[in-house]
Amino acid sequence: MEKSIDSKISMLQHAIRFFISTMLLSFFWVTSVNASPVDTFEFKDEATQLRFQVLSKELRCPKCQNQNLADSNSKIAVDLRNNLYNLLQEGMSDQEVIDFMVYRYGDFVLYRPPLKEQTYILWFGPLVILFGFIISVIFVLRKRSQVKANEHDLSTQEQANLDDILNKQ
Amino acid sequence: MKSIIRFIPLILFFLLAVLLYRGLFLNPQSMPSAMIGKPLPNFELPTLKSIEQRVGRDDLQGDIVLLNVWATWCIQCKYEHPYLLNIARDPRIKLYGLNFTDDHKAALSWLKQYQDPYVFSIFDEQGALGLDIGVFGAPETFVIDHTGIIRKRFAGPINDQVWQKEFLPLIETLEAEMADGAS
Repeated sequence: MEKSIDSKISMLQHAIRFFISTMLLSFFWVTSVNASPVDTFEFKDEATQLRFQVLSKELRCPKCQNQNLADSNSKIAVDLRNNLYNLLQEGMSDQEVIDFMVYRYGDFVLYRPPLKEQTYILWFGPLVILFGFIISVIFVLRKRSQVKANEHDLSTQEQANLDDILNKQ
Repeated sequence: MKSIIRFIPLILFFLLAVLLYRGLFLNPQSMPSAMIGKPLPNFELPTLKSIEQRVGRDDLQGDIVLLNVWATWCIQCKYEHPYLLNIARDPRIKLYGLNFTDDHKAALSWLKQYQDPYVFSIFDEQGALGLDIGVFGAPETFVIDHTGIIRKRFAGPINDQVWQKEFLPLIETLEAEMADGAS
């Protein structure tokens, strides 16, 4: 009987060890895959290269909707990466590049939507919901504590009755 | 009062359910083009059939223009091609092609093999004009009015149903606008 428990524990230990090592492995696996598909761009300086990397992560591929330009290998993403490279080499500033893309593809190409009337609900909706939640929690808790407090308070009549009973004893 | 409060979670649930249910049937690929209402940008590109000849924005103006983005690497273009031949016969519109980041030879032999519905095709090897009008794939079809303003972008192949629903009403509106402008 005792033996079987021991073996069960050691099996469990094995399982945990396996689980942890798999987790670690998958973590390192993911980080190595995370490198974007490398184009052979030659940048005029390192700063431009850095800006290219930042912008290609910031801009969304219009066709493959849940990837940025850096991650996608679809035709349009490759084309847009080439264009981004050209624009940066020509000396456009980050804002100019973003304006260039937004003029043609709309706000959709931005992973961070700009703050304007149509996006108020996007930016403030979660805050409103959180706020509403906090208020209702406060409301409910207060009500509950009031009910509890009331339970302990006896009315004068009840108190008199209680005194009566106690005095009789 | 208390009974209403009790129903709030249920009401919230239904609102959310309706929202998500609707989301199931939305087409995430159908995005409004950012170019609608903006003028067709200027360009200077060769036509597919004669590389020496240069065409520009002015060559597309004055009529109700359909600019169809196509390429030989695009499978759905093959699907819509017979219908384009059909549309090209409509006297109200002029159908132009934008051959998008394609191989010159392959594109020419495509037109030979499947017939040529276009007044002419712009040969945009680098995709420069495509970028300027926010093309993100093929086939795409732009409707440009007689003053050179982009009025519609349809992404995907055109068939009879699409034509009736998406294009004909707009073409009728544009015709009316043209008549208004002329009078």
